[in-house]
Amino acid sequence: MIRADAVSKAYRDATALDGVCLDLPAGGLTALVGPNGAGKSTLLGVIGRLTRADFGLVEVGGMNVVAARSRDLARRLAVLRQDNHLATRLTVAQLVELGRFPHCGGRLGPADRAAIERAVAATGVGPLAHRFLDELSGGQRQRAHIAMLFAQDAEYVLLDEPLAALDLRHATELMALLRAACDQDGKTVVVVVHDVNYASAWADRIVALKDGRVVATGPPAELVQSDFLSALYGTPVRVVDTGGWPLAVYHR
Amino acid sequence: MAFAVDQATHDGLARARAGQRAIDRRAWLVTAVAGAVALAFAAAILLYDNPAAPGSAAQATVTKLRATTLAAIALVAAAQGVATAVFHTVCGNRVITPSIMGFDALHSLVQTATVFFFGAAALGAGGVWRSVGQCAGMALFAVALYGWLLGRPGLTVRVALLVGLVLGLAFRAAATLMQRLLNPSDFDLVTARLFGNMSNADTRFLPLGAALAAGALALVWSRRRHLDLAALGSATARGLGLNHRREVMLALLAVSGLIAVATTLVGPMTFFGFLAASLTYRLAPGARHARLLPAIAAVAAAVLLAAYFTLRHVFYAGGLISVVIEFVGGLFFLAHLLKGPTRGNTRLIRQSRGQPAIRREQAGD
Ligand SMILES: Nc1ncnc2c1ncn2[C@@H]1O[C@H](COP(=O)(O)OP(=O)(O)OP(=O)(O)O)[C@@H](O)[C@H]1O
Ligand SMILES: [Mg+2]
Repeated sequence: MIRADAVSKAYRDATALDGVCLDLPAGGLTALVGPNGAGKSTLLGVIGRLTRADFGLVEVGGMNVVAARSRDLARRLAVLRQDNHLATRLTVAQLVELGRFPHCGGRLGPADRAAIERAVAATGVGPLAHRFLDELSGGQRQRAHIAMLFAQDAEYVLLDEPLAALDLRHATELMALLRAACDQDGKTVVVVVHDVNYASAWADRIVALKDGRVVATGPPAELVQSDFLSALYGTPVRVVDTGGWPLAVYHR
Repeated sequence: MAFAVDQATHDGLARARAGQRAIDRRAWLVTAVAGAVALAFAAAILLYDNPAAPGSAAQATVTKLRATTLAAIALVAAAQGVATAVFHTVCGNRVITPSIMGFDALHSLVQTATVFFFGAAALGAGGVWRSVGQCAGMALFAVALYGWLLGRPGLTVRVALLVGLVLGLAFRAAATLMQRLLNPSDFDLVTARLFGNMSNADTRFLPLGAALAAGALALVWSRRRHLDLAALGSATARGLGLNHRREVMLALLAVSGLIAVATTLVGPMTFFGFLAASLTYRLAPGARHARLLPAIAAVAAAVLLAAYFTLRHVFYAGGLISVVIEFVGGLFFLAHLLKGPTRGNTRLIRQSRGQPAIRREQAGD
C-alpha cells in the first residue's frame, strides 16, 4: 500500500502540498486529477522519493521512502516523470535496458532480457528499438520511457501525465496496459491524468487534488459528477451517462 | 505480464541487438585505429631523426629521454580525454569541461602560491612532494567547488560557462598579484613553470603521476555502468536506484585527480579534452562508457602524439604544440557553441524540486 501522512511541501512562493493524507491499498489503478499547479507532480515526486517533503511521512509497501536504500526501493517502486529530456544519445533498447539496473546493476541476465522483451512487447516499441531517442517523435519517446518503466517491473508504479504526448490509440492502449498490470499482476498504479474521462473509464478510484490538498477520494461513479468537476476545475463540466461509465463533456 | 512476445518485438529487439553490436564494433574500431595511429607516431617520435650515432650510448640516452616524454604525452592525453568525458556525463551536457570551468587557472594559482608561500626552494628540492601536494590541493578544491556549484538550482550551460570564465579570471588575477610581489628570480621560475610544455614535461613527477592517474582511471572504470545510468540525468537515475550525489562526487574526485596530473606534467590545456571527447562522440555515437572511455583515451593519445610529431619534426616548431592544439580545439569549441543554440540553452542542473535534473529552458529565456 501507499501511505502519505500529513505531507507538506512549500516552494519559495507557492505551497505545493498542504498536509496531504493519502491511503491507497495495494493493487488497483488510482487516477490523480486536479487543475494545473494543484500539486500532483509534487505529490508523485514525494511518494517516489525524487522530491523531499518539508514535513510528513511516506510509506510505500511498508518502506519509508526517505530512509530506504534507493536501490532496494527501485526494485519495488518505479516513477515516470512529467519531463524526460536526455542530454546523451541513447537508443530505445539501451534506455529500456537501463530500466533493469536496480535488478542487475548493469549486467543483464536471462531474467532481465525476458523482462525487457515483455516490456517492449507491451508498449509496442519493438520497431523503434534500434533508433536513437533524439530522432523520435515526442509520443514515441514517451512510449520508450514507459517501456523502461515496465522493464523495471516494480509492484508500485507512478506515472506523471503519461498520456500527454500520446495519440488516442496509444493513450487508450496505455490505460488498458495499466489496467492489465493491476488485474493480472497485482500491481499498484498511480497515474496523473488531465482528461478525467480516462480516469472515469479505467480507474478504480480517483484522488482529486486542489491547491495542495486532497479534496476528494472515491470511485469514478462518485466523483465524475457535474457539480464536483465544475468546482474542481472552475469551468462548466457536463456529465453524460454512456452506459459503461460517466463521460465528462467540457470541450465547449 | 501476460503479454505474448510478438513477432514485431522479436524482430525489433533483434535489430536493436544488431545495432548495438554495430555500435560496439565501431567503438572498438575507433579504439584500435586510434591506438595504432598513436603507436605509429610513438615509434616515429622515438626513432626518427636521432642525432647520435647508431648503437652509441648517446643514442640510448636520447631514446630514453624521448620515451619519457612520450609516456608523459600519452598519459596527459588519456587523462584529459577521459576526465572531460566523465565530467560531461555527470554534468548532463557536452559543452563545459573541467578546464573551461577554470581548472587551468587554478593550476597557475597553485603553482604561484607554492613559490609565494614556500619560496623558490619549494620548486627544487622535494619536487615530487610538491607536485603531490599540488595535485591534492587542486583535487580537494575542485571537488569542493564543483560539487557545490553543480548542485545549484537553475544552473544553465551558459551560466556555467560564465561562472567558469569568472573563476578563471579571479584565479588568474590572484596569481598575477602574487607574481607581482615575488622577487625577480622567483618570478622567472614561476613563469617557466606556468608555460609548461610538451617537450619539457615535469618528468620527475611521471611515475607518481602515472600511479595517481591509474588510480583515478581505475575508479572511473569501476563506475562505468553507473555512469551509463547517471547520463540519464539526476531524477531518472535516482528513480532507478542510483545514489546520484555520491556518483557525482566520485566522478569529480577522479576528474580532478586526472586534470591535476595532466596540468602538473605539461601545464594547462583548455580545449584539448573537449576536442578529443567531441571527436570520439562523433566517431563512435551511442557507445556506452565501457567502450567510450577507452576510445576517448586512444583518440586523445593519437591526436596529441600526431601533433607533437608533426610540429616537432615537420614544422620544427616543438614549442608551439600547446598553442596549436589550443587554437584548433578553441575553434572547434566555438563552432560547437555557435552550431547548437538549443544545447546552449539546456538547463544544466535543476534542483528546484530537491533534485537536479536536465531540462530545456523556456523559449526566450
Ligand atoms: N520547482 C519549483 N519551484 C517553485 N515552485 C514550484 C516548483 N515546482 C512546482 N512548484 C509550484 O508548486 C505548485 C504545485 O506544482 P506541481 O508541479 O506539483 O503541479 P501539478 O499539479 O503537477 O500541475 P500540472 O498539471 O501543471 O503538471 C505550483 O504552484 C507550482 O508553481
Ligand atoms: Mg505536473
